Amino acid sequence: GAMAAAGLGLVLLLMAGPSPGGGAGCGRDSLREELLLTPLPAGDVAATFQFRTRWDAELQRGTVSHYRLFPKALGRLVSALGVKELHLALTQGFWRTQMWGQPPLQAPAGAELWVWFQPTVTDVDKAWKELSNILSGIFCASLNFIDSTNTVTPTASFKPLGLANGTDHHLLRYAVLPREVVCTENLTPWKKLLPCGSKAGLAVLLKAERLFHSSYHSQAVHIRPICRDASCLAVSWELRQTLTVVFDSFSSGQGKKDWSLFRMFSRTLTDACPLASESKVYVDISPKNKEKELLEVTPAPTSVHEAIVQGEKRTYAVYDLLSPSLFNTSRSLNVQLKWARPQDSSEMPTPILHAQRYVGGYGLQTGQICTLIHNTHPYRAFPVILLETVPWYLRLYVHTLTIITKGKENKPSYIHYQPAQDRRRPHLLEMLIQLPANSITKVTIQFERALLKWTEYPPDPNHGFYVSSSVLSALVPSVIAMKDVDVEQSPLFTSLFPSSDGSSYFVRLYTEPLLVNLPTPDFSMPYNVICLTCTVVAVCYGSFYNLLTRTFHVEEPSRGGLAKRLANIIRKFRGVPPL
Amino acid sequence: QIQLTVPVAVVFAPGAMPGDLLKPLPFRDVREMEIPVNQRTSVASRYEMVFRSTTAQEEAALDATTAQEADAALHPLQDALLGSLTMYVVPETSSLLPQGITAYVGKHRSALVRAGGHLAALRTRLQQVTQVMSFTASSIAAAFMDRVPDGQLGLDARRHLKSSLGYEITFSLLNPDPKSHVVDWDIEDAVNRYVQPVLDKLSLVANFSVDSQILYYAVLGVTPRFDKESSSFLLSAHSLPHVINPVEARLGSSAASLYPVLNFLLYVPERSHSPLYIQDKDGAPVRTNAFHSPRWGGIMVYNVEAPTSPEVSLPRHVDVDMVRVMEVFLAQLRLLFGLSWEELPPEFLLETPGNEGLADWELDRLLWAHTVENIATVSTTLTSLAQLLDKIGNIVIKDDVASEVYRAVASAQSAVAELAEGHLHLAFQASKEAVTSSERAFFDPSLLHLLYFPDDQKFAIYIPLFLPMAVPILISLTKIVREARQRKKEPTKMD
Repeated sequence: GAMAAAGLGLVLLLMAGPSPGGGAGCGRDSLREELLLTPLPAGDVAATFQFRTRWDAELQRGTVSHYRLFPKALGRLVSALGVKELHLALTQGFWRTQMWGQPPLQAPAGAELWVWFQPTVTDVDKAWKELSNILSGIFCASLNFIDSTNTVTPTASFKPLGLANGTDHHLLRYAVLPREVVCTENLTPWKKLLPCGSKAGLAVLLKAERLFHSSYHSQAVHIRPICRDASCLAVSWELRQTLTVVFDSFSSGQGKKDWSLFRMFSRTLTDACPLASESKVYVDISPKNKEKELLEVTPAPTSVHEAIVQGEKRTYAVYDLLSPSLFNTSRSLNVQLKWARPQDSSEMPTPILHAQRYVGGYGLQTGQICTLIHNTHPYRAFPVILLETVPWYLRLYVHTLTIITKGKENKPSYIHYQPAQDRRRPHLLEMLIQLPANSITKVTIQFERALLKWTEYPPDPNHGFYVSSSVLSALVPSVIAMKDVDVEQSPLFTSLFPSSDGSSYFVRLYTEPLLVNLPTPDFSMPYNVICLTCTVVAVCYGSFYNLLTRTFHVEEPSRGGLAKRLANIIRKFRGVPPL
Repeated sequence: QIQLTVPVAVVFAPGAMPGDLLKPLPFRDVREMEIPVNQRTSVASRYEMVFRSTTAQEEAALDATTAQEADAALHPLQDALLGSLTMYVVPETSSLLPQGITAYVGKHRSALVRAGGHLAALRTRLQQVTQVMSFTASSIAAAFMDRVPDGQLGLDARRHLKSSLGYEITFSLLNPDPKSHVVDWDIEDAVNRYVQPVLDKLSLVANFSVDSQILYYAVLGVTPRFDKESSSFLLSAHSLPHVINPVEARLGSSAASLYPVLNFLLYVPERSHSPLYIQDKDGAPVRTNAFHSPRWGGIMVYNVEAPTSPEVSLPRHVDVDMVRVMEVFLAQLRLLFGLSWEELPPEFLLETPGNEGLADWELDRLLWAHTVENIATVSTTLTSLAQLLDKIGNIVIKDDVASEVYRAVASAQSAVAELAEGHLHLAFQASKEAVTSSERAFFDPSLLHLLYFPDDQKFAIYIPLFLPMAVPILISLTKIVREARQRKKEPTKMD
């Protein structure tokens, strides 16, 4: 009764527009936790955790201040700074799309932050600065290094993922710090945001020493407003905390590709988080060999679920931790997979869209950035948006931009270029490129390396300077027709990006970050110069001083010095009178 | 030199006038007192008393049967100026005050004082009441906290929160065992009902923001001891300091603001550790089962009653009795703000502040102390800025920083002047501005640049020049010394 009344009050408030005070009470909140285990070729295993907190409350109005499952630190941030949508990812390593296939949620190496602000925010840059500083405090990351030199406002690549009526891109800020190293100190605050911490539920598996002993580690926080119900009259806020790790079970398992939860995380699951309304483990058991046999996992799953995810038909074994039958036989759940024939060549079909990037050229003056975008779809062409952010000290020459597909020039249908300003803002290049079926498109652009001031070099300048990953966003046509699957049933990873129609799905890919060497001065030179000139000055001074202060005596000729004696000995031999 | 002026109106009810009154009413009288803080600083307090007799309305109001009623009736007749006090002197035989009570302090800025024969006796009584209602030597000394030598301040003084422009109040419910207990608290309603009236009153002093959170699996840092006799768990007083640290890591700092945070934690012990009681130093259980940590906040342990039958299914649903909890938290809030009724003579009666949780004169007390503390803070901040400049000579003070410093000095001076005039509200406003300006000047980012070379680095750069140049000079110096010595020796030989 009380709940319904509060809900009604909220609806009335929304209709009446902003009113002071307000009775926007704390609404219902719920937590769902999930773990998706995907065996990758070559014995790697990807584990993706997702914790989704949903809160039926109006965070924006600033009157709500009573938190339950939603972390207070983030909630206050959203309401204080007028954040509409926040996406933060901290990543160590690189997701090898070509080998591992399409990731559920990829993130570029280092730290990535993109935020949509509310239209009510007047000074977006100030709010952005403040936000990145606060986030850097919350997550112990160097996000405070985000400033105007690495922040861009993309026009097409990043659209709001949540509820939004206007997409004025001036309210968007995007920044990547490719240098950021992600480690335990970032994981601990991330875990602290979970309602159950790492004490119960799936989060007990999050043991830092195992998670960072992996090929890829990416943790992310996504906050967005979503529809409360189908009629979408009210807003709910959703916090997704995702964490993806790729374990190399082949090298850690003495040449065997078998894996189990215990071997990967050195823990097993014993219960669900008591606060979660849903707690599930999904294992991708899609057939890998030609006989189309499903993989076998032990213990027997509670159910098997089929879904079409990213254009592929997948089969999942589902363990529902809340079902009482699961813990009947044993007290803990240790999902394991033993390959029937270890020599199984589990070849991953190459993903339809993937890309590589590298730096070309030689010498320290000019160079070029090459991006190769592959479309392996047999018969469908599709457009892709490419976003490049290049720091100002690489001076791009836009006239050298060439896009070549199958030997012919490919004209982008949309191009947005914002030139850099020295020490103020980076280059931003956004293009919409049509990728013909079964093709490789090569995008090259030349640049010149700028000279920095001596204080602008990092402590290890010879390591090189990072250029952040470029971002590819595309609606990739599906090879098989996609049915309208129940999104709530399939692993939640599908539901962050809005799925359009049944024929295509959204993919966002990141290329490798680049490491570019800049001409680096010899930093010991000033001191060397000082030493050298000072020595010269000192020697001159010394002799001049001697000249001025010495008193000169006329010395009686003595037996002579060593030279004279030597000369006399020689003279003696020669028979000449001595000196 | 700070002078605090308190305007006091002393109103004599008919028949309450002492016999030895020299002048006819009305007349003015000024009392001055010196409050020493340390050897160099002292604060002068000045009580400007106006003695007059009651007006007809006041007389009617004083005809009430109880002191409470009289207080309520007198309230609209006073001027509501902050810091000014009104004392009604009632005849010695008046039935308004209960037997044995000589003074009654009301909810607002007035008190009823029983006349006591001579003027001198009345004066000391008035003095006492005035000090209770405005400031005492110890409350002023506490405001000068960082200048008072250690050991001179009582424990209470160190408990007070520092004066700040705003405070954040966070209520946290700690549920370490969500499997056994599902705890619900209606914090929103409780805050609106009990906390908000107090904060509305305190809004004059600072900005307050209130929020709450529920933390699961948050445990105390110490394992309680099991007591067989009472079959309960006990936390002894000496282990309480270790309780807070592990919890604090979970509380989440106030990332979005710089104001100090007051934490109030409600701890529902795990099923395996309940019931849990806090013991004081003597080993007796603490009645409220709560304790507070100076300048940090308070913790209350809320025990869930053991189920009557063991087969009650888990988790158990618990609804927190917010009245019981808020009673404790509000008392702790008062303590943290230094509003405790210590050092009160037994013959004084204080009216309970009622629903607002705070009497008007208590607000004045807070304002007096905070104003003085703000002025002290400003002077400390500016002094340290000056010391920093003395130390590192090549820091550049930009114009805007300089103007902030000037503004801080001007505001502090006007605060001092307003205090001397007895305008408490204006003085407090000015002192607040002074604090803001001085902090802004001190924490200006342009002062924090690390581009100031320390002197030893400069020295290192110049060594390659100075060292080779110094060698011939030193050699010739030794030569001169040697020659001088020889020349000294030679004449003695001649002798």
